[in-house]
Amino acid sequence: MSLRRTTATARRVLEQLRHDPRTIALMLVVPCVLITLLKWVFDASPHVFQSIGAALLGIFPFIVMFLVTSVGMLRERTSGTLERLLTMPLSKGDLLGGYALAFGTVALVQALLVSGLTIGPLGLSVTGPAWAVVLVAVLDALLGMALGLFTSAFARTEFQAVQFLPAFVLPQFLLCGLFTPRDQMQTVLRWISDVMPLSYAVDAMDKITSQSSVSGGLVADMAIIAGAGVLALALGAVTLRRRTE
Amino acid sequence: MMNYAVEVHDLRVVRGGQVVLQDVTAQVQTGSVTGLLGPSGCGKTTLLRSVVGVQKVAGGEVRVLGTAAGSAVLRDRIGYVTQAPSVYGDLSVMENLRYFAAVLGAPRDDPERVIAAVGLGGKEGARADRLSGGQQARVSLAAALLGTPKVLVLDEPTVGLDPVLRAELWSLFHRLAAADDPVTFLISSHVMDEASRCTRLLLMREGRILASDTPEELLARTGAGDVEGAFLRLVGAAS
Repeated sequence: MSLRRTTATARRVLEQLRHDPRTIALMLVVPCVLITLLKWVFDASPHVFQSIGAALLGIFPFIVMFLVTSVGMLRERTSGTLERLLTMPLSKGDLLGGYALAFGTVALVQALLVSGLTIGPLGLSVTGPAWAVVLVAVLDALLGMALGLFTSAFARTEFQAVQFLPAFVLPQFLLCGLFTPRDQMQTVLRWISDVMPLSYAVDAMDKITSQSSVSGGLVADMAIIAGAGVLALALGAVTLRRRTE
Repeated sequence: MMNYAVEVHDLRVVRGGQVVLQDVTAQVQTGSVTGLLGPSGCGKTTLLRSVVGVQKVAGGEVRVLGTAAGSAVLRDRIGYVTQAPSVYGDLSVMENLRYFAAVLGAPRDDPERVIAAVGLGGKEGARADRLSGGQQARVSLAAALLGTPKVLVLDEPTVGLDPVLRAELWSLFHRLAAADDPVTFLISSHVMDEASRCTRLLLMREGRILASDTPEELLARTGAGDVEGAFLRLVGAAS
């Protein structure tokens, strides 16, 4: 891997985003609007906002980065730019690292904005440190990015890539503990939710809102999210083939 | 002894159960501007992809500058321009070329040089997807000229271009090929007229090489008046 090629790739990805201000606005504004809406919807029962709000802070960046990366990487594959890059002295690590750096930066901005709004004006009470909320959100974003990159290999068109969102993400969304606490699910569902990385994002956010210190359990949750991200990136790297049919 | 930048021996490529290249053996002389001519669908692109090292091959050997095609050491020495312009449509011409220059480790002012070389001066700030097809093809070509490539593999690079510009690009190819440190060109085309612009020809049909010659030798050998006629006589002789 080369630092110059990785940062050049990150810069290029950010330049592409800069030319698409509508996407930037959607990435930053939509989560803020949704979380504000959630606050309103549960105005009469603040404890629901308290339990769901934190979990959503971990889920938004995951979904947004999954979508942006799967479509972006699909475009690289279909436009021929990926093939061009792979004939050049660019390692797969440079490419994946560049994407991670660029989307990690966007995720950081998004997390600061959304968690700032939620913990500040919307009044979500967080017992633990606020930086941990931002850190978990960024880890979730990188996990979403890595999974999006991997799944893009199985899509031929942008229509298909977008359909992977309900296929890959909604099951995790249903089972991650947002609707029913995971320990109250049927055993089989509980097992499935145990192997889905988004579950640990919700667990981590729950721990941060209810515990004052950074516990070993929280660190373990973060490690699982990061590990799943690395695993997805490694699987994604396998799908970047220099030689094709 | 002849010096070859590209050597292909008994290359066989099978795609989706179909034999696309059948025992292809061919050489490209160092510093030549070699035209790979043949009708569309005859396997030109597959042969070029094999030379660049992005094609899965079923058998045979492809060597570029003495090493196996696709080797890591070749990645900054071989430039490849596909038929579809492989550039980022949502970036400007300059942003595209700056990125590819950074990946190649080319000098910082290299984008300006290649933009001038392909006649895109004044278009630096334009988004690639707002350019015409011919202009986009030139951005793609400019990216392949970045750095110091030793071999340039160009797939139909002059399709749809203004004749004046086409003549300019061919003279650029010849200038680079004739330099002290020559660049070798392997250029495909389905337009037989382009043959006269090449120093060497490879004629191809249905996954096989029909002839490998200079344009003059080819005409003299077949007794045809032009390359199209030579092609027809070679096909007739083979069947």
